[in-house]
Amino acid sequence: MIYLDNSATTRQYDEVTELMYRMAKENYGNPSSLHALGFDAGNILFDARRNIEDLMYPGGEVIFTSGGTESDNMALISTARKMKRRGSRILTTRVEHPAVLETCRRLADDGFSVEYLNVDKTGCVDPDDVAAALSDDTILVSIMTVNNETGAIMPVLPAAKAVRDYNRQHGTRIVFHTDAVQAFGKIPMDDAQFDLVSVSGHKFHGPKGIGFLYMNKDLKLPAFITGGGQENGYRSSTENTTGIAGLGLAARMSHDDLMGKMTKMAEVNGYLRKGLMTELPDVILNGPEELGFTLHDYGKRCPSVLNVTFKGTRGEVLLHTLEQDRIYVSTGSACSSHKTGDSHVLQAMGLDHKAIEGAIRFSFSEFNTIEEMDEVIEKTKAAVTRFRKLGSFR
Amino acid sequence: MQLMLRISKKIGANILEKKLYIVRCGEVALKGMNKPYFERILLERVRKAIECYEDAEAKWIDGLMFVRVPADIPEDDVIAKCVRVFGVASVSPAVEAPKNIDEIGRVAAEFMQKIIDEEGVQTFKVKGKRADKSFAVQSPEIGRIVGAIILKSCKVLRVDVHDPQVTLTVDVRREGAYIFRDKIRGFGGLPLGTNGKGLILMSGGIDSPVAAFMMAKRGMSIEAVHFHSYPYTSQRAQKKVEDLVRVLAGYMGTVRMHVINLLPIQEQIVTHCPEDETTLLVRRFMMRIAEAIAVKNGDMMLITGEDLGQVASQTAEALVVTDSVVKMPVMRPLIAMDKVDIMDKAREIGTYDISIQPYEDCCTVFLPKHPVTKPKLDRIEASESALDVQALVDAAVASEEIIEIRP
Repeated sequence: MIYLDNSATTRQYDEVTELMYRMAKENYGNPSSLHALGFDAGNILFDARRNIEDLMYPGGEVIFTSGGTESDNMALISTARKMKRRGSRILTTRVEHPAVLETCRRLADDGFSVEYLNVDKTGCVDPDDVAAALSDDTILVSIMTVNNETGAIMPVLPAAKAVRDYNRQHGTRIVFHTDAVQAFGKIPMDDAQFDLVSVSGHKFHGPKGIGFLYMNKDLKLPAFITGGGQENGYRSSTENTTGIAGLGLAARMSHDDLMGKMTKMAEVNGYLRKGLMTELPDVILNGPEELGFTLHDYGKRCPSVLNVTFKGTRGEVLLHTLEQDRIYVSTGSACSSHKTGDSHVLQAMGLDHKAIEGAIRFSFSEFNTIEEMDEVIEKTKAAVTRFRKLGSFR
Repeated sequence: MQLMLRISKKIGANILEKKLYIVRCGEVALKGMNKPYFERILLERVRKAIECYEDAEAKWIDGLMFVRVPADIPEDDVIAKCVRVFGVASVSPAVEAPKNIDEIGRVAAEFMQKIIDEEGVQTFKVKGKRADKSFAVQSPEIGRIVGAIILKSCKVLRVDVHDPQVTLTVDVRREGAYIFRDKIRGFGGLPLGTNGKGLILMSGGIDSPVAAFMMAKRGMSIEAVHFHSYPYTSQRAQKKVEDLVRVLAGYMGTVRMHVINLLPIQEQIVTHCPEDETTLLVRRFMMRIAEAIAVKNGDMMLITGEDLGQVASQTAEALVVTDSVVKMPVMRPLIAMDKVDIMDKAREIGTYDISIQPYEDCCTVFLPKHPVTKPKLDRIEASESALDVQALVDAAVASEEIIEIRP
């Protein structure tokens, strides 16, 4: 099996699975219990929190959630609730994940006005557009760190700086949120300063159903889930100790020699791209040309993603052809005969229906190898050639 | 010891209270000489439908079917199971009374009181019926006397013969008197299995499940064949078809579905034949393969969801071209229906919401830009001569996969 759908989810580290198994069997205490078993569980939470804080920039605290979607919901809804007396404008982009876009839509129904920034043809927003769009009644800016479909590294550093500068000059407090679900564990996040960061465990070889929101300590958001007061009162619910332990370990393991892993992914990514483009005509890259390795490389592409259009094909058919050889990828369109299934990201980049229909996303992890790519190139070439031969009349 | 056990079981069964449902059959009653046969099959079907309830029973008495089910089972549930049986015209929950006009009045008043408590009705009327002519009171009298007893007993009520909120029917029969209110309509038709066996060409669309339903409603047992083009169609598309057949199985019991990958044939057609004829050529192959499967499995006819003029492959000319490859009769129960009416029917039987899920079926995969709408048989046959038709059909039939889909 060759797994190239790591932006959808990743294979859990074996060490994480073993740790969670041990936790579930032996260390199942409730951190709120006063006895020793509960105390031990509390310690595990403490360690996991510290592990993660070490990997982020200083000044924030970790709120464990059920994953990226909940983190985005909490960030947007709680900020909107807190700031609603000060203003009603929310600024975001057209290429966000539905967890952000749909939440914004809900907030718009509740009376907030949402402005969506356009992207260029590589899928990036212009940081100057962010600065220019800030105004007195802006309360929140939400821009993803790395795009899930194209791998584009968004200009979150200059955008966050623009927000900070605006806040200082105007004596206001616009909150800056970034959805880092596709970034954490794939690109360093410690060299930054945001107000809110959403992260999901299963995108970096951790468990599903667990994630966190990293929140600036001075930003006292209202409680998102009320109850027993867990997670400092922000998100009540008995802690998912097994998941949190797994998340903490996965976070540490994925960041172990992160630059080395990124370099390897970049090699694999570049090799596949070059192979596909030399072996096949009419292959178009969707997203930025150049690969980037830090958040300063905005406008470049994270090595974890390669999105290409094979002109004159249907991604869904290629996907099902490749799955017969146990090669797993993703498409730019949910269902090729219905335009409604087209990727909103590729649409925002200006691709037409035909180009979106032929788009395939390969997304990598540290486990992928050059040898695998030789097979992927060969099998993709066969699939594309077969389709083009048959589908040429379409 | 065994005797004891049997006796105590019997006592147990007597203690358990049962609720009565009167099931009426539609056309079965008209079937003349064959009536006993149809009645026996219908009884079997109803018994099968209620076999999930312990201690449920069904029997014919003088042209009506009496179903008795333990009283603790919700009425809606029993009714839903009975009206799904093809051949059933209507069902009424009923109560039974001794054949004595005062007793009938007392039971009817109790029955009415329950309705008043639950629904707060104010007006009613009683319709008397006397199937047993030896009963001393005549039909109009039955209505009047029972109505008077109810009025006396339930003070809040008024009689309204023109627009009553509740109409009670009192039916005095040979073996007892029965009182009921609603008649819940069934689908009608004929009992499943009384009219041969057919093979439906099942796509994932709106039409074919409705076509299968309509034939089954006329008593035909149904087998299905589904064509896909994996990997040009997805496994989810096939799953959708299975979901559709599962809904149908709710009416007709376990359905066998033959699944065939059409891609090898489509590839040959696309490579060797004119583009604008693709769809028709594919349809012809589907019919041939379906016929071969039908012959192998004892199905006497093919069924399709085709609807005259709906798409290019369903024009009169196109149907002539697709029909000409098979010897077997092809049933097209939707042929003269309008799309909106087919959609309504699909909603009624519960397949519509599944049918509209957006997965590709094999018909749309190699869709030509401008398909022929008035094909000529000789031209189509000429195009086909580029292919080894028999070998392709044999290979497709040999590759079939069979799935049993339970309700």
